Amino acid sequence: MNFVALRMLTGDRSKYFGLVFAIAFCTFLLENQTSIFANIMRRTASQILDVTDAEVWVMDPKTEYWDQTKALKDTDLTRVRSVPGVAWAVRLFKGNPVAKTLSGKFAVSLLIGLDDATLSGAPRKMLLGSWQRLSEPDSVVLDQAGYVLLFPGEPLELGRILEMNDHRVTVVGISDASAPFLSAPVMHTRYSEAVNFLGRERTQLSFVIARPLPGTTPDELAARIEAATSLRARTTQQFIWDCIRYYLKNTGIPVNFGITILVALVVGTVVAGQTFYLFTVENLKQFGTLKAMGVTNPRLMGMILLQAASVAALGFAIGTGMAATFFEITLRSLATRGIVLMWQSAAITFACILFVAVVTSVLSIRRVLVLEPAEVFR
Amino acid sequence: MSEADNLAVSCRDVQKHFGEGETRVQALRGVEFFARFGELSFLVGPSGCGKTTLISVIAGLLDRSGGDLSVLGVEIDELTPSERILFRRKNVGFLFQQYNLLPAFTAAENVAVPLLIAGTLRQEALDRARSLLSQLGLSQRTEALPSQLSGGQQQRVALARALVHQPRLVICDEPTAALDHASGEAVMDLLAGNAVHSDRAVIVVTHDTRVFHYAQSIAHMDDGRISKVTSGPIAEAHA
Repeated sequence: MNFVALRMLTGDRSKYFGLVFAIAFCTFLLENQTSIFANIMRRTASQILDVTDAEVWVMDPKTEYWDQTKALKDTDLTRVRSVPGVAWAVRLFKGNPVAKTLSGKFAVSLLIGLDDATLSGAPRKMLLGSWQRLSEPDSVVLDQAGYVLLFPGEPLELGRILEMNDHRVTVVGISDASAPFLSAPVMHTRYSEAVNFLGRERTQLSFVIARPLPGTTPDELAARIEAATSLRARTTQQFIWDCIRYYLKNTGIPVNFGITILVALVVGTVVAGQTFYLFTVENLKQFGTLKAMGVTNPRLMGMILLQAASVAALGFAIGTGMAATFFEITLRSLATRGIVLMWQSAAITFACILFVAVVTSVLSIRRVLVLEPAEVFR
Repeated sequence: MSEADNLAVSCRDVQKHFGEGETRVQALRGVEFFARFGELSFLVGPSGCGKTTLISVIAGLLDRSGGDLSVLGVEIDELTPSERILFRRKNVGFLFQQYNLLPAFTAAENVAVPLLIAGTLRQEALDRARSLLSQLGLSQRTEALPSQLSGGQQQRVALARALVHQPRLVICDEPTAALDHASGEAVMDLLAGNAVHSDRAVIVVTHDTRVFHYAQSIAHMDDGRISKVTSGPIAEAHA
């Protein structure tokens, strides 16, 4: 009878394609919007993720997220180093100087100053040059997107000159840094250089990054640092989620995406659900005929579930394919780099589609079960 | 064979009502109806007299409210609901006024449906369906969809579907009502020639006086009762 169920489903091509498209469209919208949302949220913590050397971040007690920094005292670095369980701790600077090219093109940049001696936190994904060259005087590593922004239409090339706060610096490497939340060029340099590229302030230390000794977990170390220094210490994962939570709580992004996701969910599911329900209702005469001919209710239920499952599976597969294609295309654009189809989005969408299929099937089955087979004579 | 043994359907004082209280409608008021093996038994009468209700009760599609009913020697009341469905699946074939063919299925696939329901393998079911369609003169149209067939051809497909699983009781509801005279005659010829069998009874509900001459017996129904039964040379009686 599976054959009968599937032929009934695919017999009316326009209705069948309408059903499949409704589910595919719903799947595409849900996966697309939830993935973009999650990826944008992850961008708020891109630079934390890129500092792969660090496991614990130490900052001012009032710091809530990456972009909000209040400088620590230089002595705080020593205090952190003295906490038991610290393998090493180095300073990290974060600032936003204006970088200008010789042709006059300029952009507010995200500058990260690394510990002079160890270069801990240097970008590990390099497209050109090497991060080790940061030990040279007046040198920076610039990310690819920033390079394209500052030197539009020009090939990637080392040796380019930038001006920051009346300092001329040379690009010694081009990195593939994760996209920041705002589309600013990401530059890495040594700490001692970075503080000069920005107007001098009394204190400059943005973060202390640290790694625990073997046998000490990042959580334990963060707790110890907080207890010993009264500074805020977060593990990398905690700090990432701090940033995401901050943006969720303090910006309109979740509301904006939430509305889109809700609309996609409601429109997609209502259209798909209603179309499938109407499909069953319009086929009641056929189901009645089958009932009169001796098809049992459990078998009819199985037929409807098979129809719903096959439509849902095909629609979901097509929608996921569309979403994957979309992200594959946009992945190549610098502005949308790093935004990918997340498996969590696909899983949530699958759960939504499954829910719709089950609810619609139950409603449809109910209509078929209460159908009197004697109706076929009317 | 005794008269009782030759009865495929025996209805005695069969009652059926719908609803209760002020909305109660008495559809069958003590129906006495008998259909014999090897005969075409017609059930005729004006609209609303209870013909459709009676064949629904006989087919086990509706429960009766009272009286005795025996179909193919089985007291339908003694069967559980699932046994009743299996009984209907195995023993009853239906021919509907509007054919009720599945529109997405070819003629052969439509005919194969009762066999598929019974669990026959698809290829075997299709082979038997094509063979029967050939017997009914549709060998060239086995792969046509219902929408590609004329009304008469569709009813022939429906007839093949009613017979393919070799049921012992065939119930036809206005089989010629949607057809022109020639097509109606053709369908009745095929029905009389292929459905009537010593081990099978055929009940035909119809308004169509042009086909009365095919009947071996005609039960006239009025207001929920059988008012008259005509047997023997029906053609002459209704000429």
